[in-house]
Amino acid sequence: MIIKFKLNGKEIVKDVPVHKRALDFLRDDLGVLSIKEGCGEGECGACTILVDGKNIHSCLMLAVELDGKEVLTVEGLKDKTIQNAFVEAGAIQCGFCTPGFIISTKALLNENKNPSSEEIKEALEGNLCRCTGYLKIEEAVKLAVKMYNKGSDKK
Amino acid sequence: MKEVTRKIPKKDALGLLLGKPVYTDDLAPKNSLIVKILRSPHAFAKIKNIDTLEATNIEGIECILTYKDVPRIPVTRAGQGYPEPSPHDWYILDEYVRYVGDEVAIVAGKDEKCVDEALKKIKVEYEVFEPVLDFEKAEGHSSVIHPEKETHPMFEIGFDAQKNIAASYEMEIGSVEEELKKCDVVVSERFYTQAQAHVAFEPHSAASYIDMQGRLVILTSTQVPFHVRRIIAEAFDIPIKNIRVIKPRIGGGFGGKQAVHGEPFVAAVTLKTGKPAKIVYTRQEVFEATYSRHPMRYDITLGATKDGKLKVIDMQGLSDTGAYGEHALTTFMVAGSKTLPMYNKVDAVRFKGKVVYTNKVPAGAYRGYGAIQGNFALESAIDLLAEKLGMDPAEFRRKNMIREGETSPIFKIMGEGREGVDMVVRSCKLNECLEEGMKLINWKEKFPRKKISETKYRGVGLAIAMQGSGIANIDMGAAVLKLNDDGSFNLLVGATDLGTGSDTILAQIAAEVLNVPTEDIIVYSSDTDLTPFDVGAYASSTTYVSGNAVKRAAEKMKKLIIKEGALKLGLDESKVDFDGKYIYEINGNKKVSLKELATVLLYTENQKQLISDASYVGEESPPPFMAGFAEVEVDIETGKVKLINYVAVVDCGVTINPNLARIQVEGGLVQGIGMTLFEDVKYSPNGKLLTNNLMHYKIPSRLDIGNIIVKFVESYEPTGPFGAKSVAEIGIDTPPAAIANAIYNAVGVRIKTLPITPEKILMNLNKK
Repeated sequence: MIIKFKLNGKEIVKDVPVHKRALDFLRDDLGVLSIKEGCGEGECGACTILVDGKNIHSCLMLAVELDGKEVLTVEGLKDKTIQNAFVEAGAIQCGFCTPGFIISTKALLNENKNPSSEEIKEALEGNLCRCTGYLKIEEAVKLAVKMYNKGSDKK
Repeated sequence: MKEVTRKIPKKDALGLLLGKPVYTDDLAPKNSLIVKILRSPHAFAKIKNIDTLEATNIEGIECILTYKDVPRIPVTRAGQGYPEPSPHDWYILDEYVRYVGDEVAIVAGKDEKCVDEALKKIKVEYEVFEPVLDFEKAEGHSSVIHPEKETHPMFEIGFDAQKNIAASYEMEIGSVEEELKKCDVVVSERFYTQAQAHVAFEPHSAASYIDMQGRLVILTSTQVPFHVRRIIAEAFDIPIKNIRVIKPRIGGGFGGKQAVHGEPFVAAVTLKTGKPAKIVYTRQEVFEATYSRHPMRYDITLGATKDGKLKVIDMQGLSDTGAYGEHALTTFMVAGSKTLPMYNKVDAVRFKGKVVYTNKVPAGAYRGYGAIQGNFALESAIDLLAEKLGMDPAEFRRKNMIREGETSPIFKIMGEGREGVDMVVRSCKLNECLEEGMKLINWKEKFPRKKISETKYRGVGLAIAMQGSGIANIDMGAAVLKLNDDGSFNLLVGATDLGTGSDTILAQIAAEVLNVPTEDIIVYSSDTDLTPFDVGAYASSTTYVSGNAVKRAAEKMKKLIIKEGALKLGLDESKVDFDGKYIYEINGNKKVSLKELATVLLYTENQKQLISDASYVGEESPPPFMAGFAEVEVDIETGKVKLINYVAVVDCGVTINPNLARIQVEGGLVQGIGMTLFEDVKYSPNGKLLTNNLMHYKIPSRLDIGNIIVKFVESYEPTGPFGAKSVAEIGIDTPPAAIANAIYNAVGVRIKTLPITPEKILMNLNKK
């Protein structure tokens, strides 16, 4: 089936087999390497992508479902505030799960400019991490909020 | 100190967040054959016949290899020192399959589709045997898991394959039986720990190809590149010089990658076909066919006098190594060697037991490496004893635990797989850890319990722990420093950053010695062709062992810079010094910048490459210490435990990078909490692992852990680089016992089998 969608701001038109997962299509065929397969069953969140502003596990989505959608991954983030906040807060260990956390953070902050600790925890519940113990990830999200607020003060 | 103790971000942090090719699967050659493994559906069987003809004829299939097509040389997959303390009981492929998931055939083809189809078309006839699934019935079972005569240990490890014993060990100091008679109070209990799964998020992955010189290159997600090179050479009977192992960025290890897993299978395909090949394990394969933690059972007897002096510790254990004896003896010994020295004032200690084979997923290295199993048993029993004595468990520990400047005979008697080393604990702030933790958790106020409502009780509990810093006299790390023309340095290390941030730590150590910014140290790790030898990242060794090597290499580099700088300035070496920017006359005005000197040395005068190297082997293994305090809320209607607070106070010496030390402790704690409360392992009656995905094997999410408070009490370890000890494993050790003790203090239920599920609590509450 021929699908047409936007990936990181770029128009893509591709013929994809109907059974292909969005994860395999984006990673293997289009080379979007930030998307990782951690479990293949929607539990870990390493394959999280932003589809029309919502964070989705791409291992549970078919490529054909991307038709007409707008997809964002860390490769397409022009504003690096969230990544910088993760670096600054020291919230990264092996990094395999982190692009997923960045995307879920992006989805959260799109909806909620000043999330509480509880809201952050809930928003990141679909992303698992085995290295960090999550505390610094939460700090990183708070730092990103602070950085955005500082930025908007200046404006 | 300028660079050491700086909270700088991990050098690779931003690079990991941009979607660049960094992990094995990202970097594998694009035209790699896809390799998958046909795995055994039986827990124990012999292959009677295997027919690959129909599968081989599927379009796109390049090769299908069975045990008839690969060398049959016994090796161990465990990446440890050499000679290895793990028995050589594993074959690339074998006619026997010893657990559900064991390898039957290697299939390689042009894409996943044809390989998946071929896997279904291979016809195997098995002679199925009765499997050994209960480790308490393994010894002397009528089914012998390793009947083959080639399997052997490299030295005496108490191995007896005919009885399903992979290793055994026994030691006694003083007379346990005699001393127990003199004790006023004795407790005896049995404890069990489960086969925790590592769940590193990058699944085991490996790729291989033949380079232009005809050498085998393996790209792999490993903790031990140099061990991989040696094991592959041995298993295929090819010279080490014909193999190159490259470790890119690693998506977590925790011990699960301290071994070869996918490497022999891609190597077999590449050697057979001459083509690049790659394997990426599915999550199910990682669960079913890599490693787990060794499940263990401990019978503990403790004896004390009525004034609260601990006199006797007796630990008798049984460990389940699964189908292969990887890390069998060493994890078992660590359960004693990294717990018993904490109580060094006893009159008698005994530690003995066996490690048995079963037809289950092989156990291997996992963060804590026996210490967490031993700690759960010992630190639970210490609380039982303190209660029987009518003492506060914190007070009991304070009275009996090891202090700075003291020693324990255990250090000399128990090493890893062999004798250890005599050592005085030069840095130990365990006492301060205990005091500080009591304050932070508010022990005096909260111990033992508070009633919150008719159905909810809160309790606090604690445990203390120790680990090591590398394996003394065995673990070696080496480093090379190279000066570039702009005054920056390449630091080449065989040490293996698994995501921990060790590359950054090592750069900070070099920068501190040279007085340059850490940003001027460019780290490369690790590649067996390019970087010097290092045993790899395990046994909490990198900061201490590899860090000491880096420190020495940097000290040598500083001397070289001073020597060449003095020559350039026309002064005697004794008259000049180097401050990180300039080589300058100590009592005068002459100076030359490092950048200028470096450029001149490479291009114009007295040309040479400044390069320094150093190796380090620890003569000691200084233990980091910690005290862990749990505050739990138990619902007596549901048995549900909510972890309210966890306080960890850690003495890991000087923290080279406080941010990275903290995240290591936090990550370790959460893995320990997972093992304590959630991570349940279940098998079907015929030996298939049921908890083989993240739906059924629950690891903690952010919502499952309460408030975690980590604090460092700094000591100075004189043998460590800038006073540092290790930090990688210590964080995982205390949660099982501290949480079990807190639950007991809250509701009077003593759970002795991990994980502590609501069902177990309810069942015990109902018994009361």
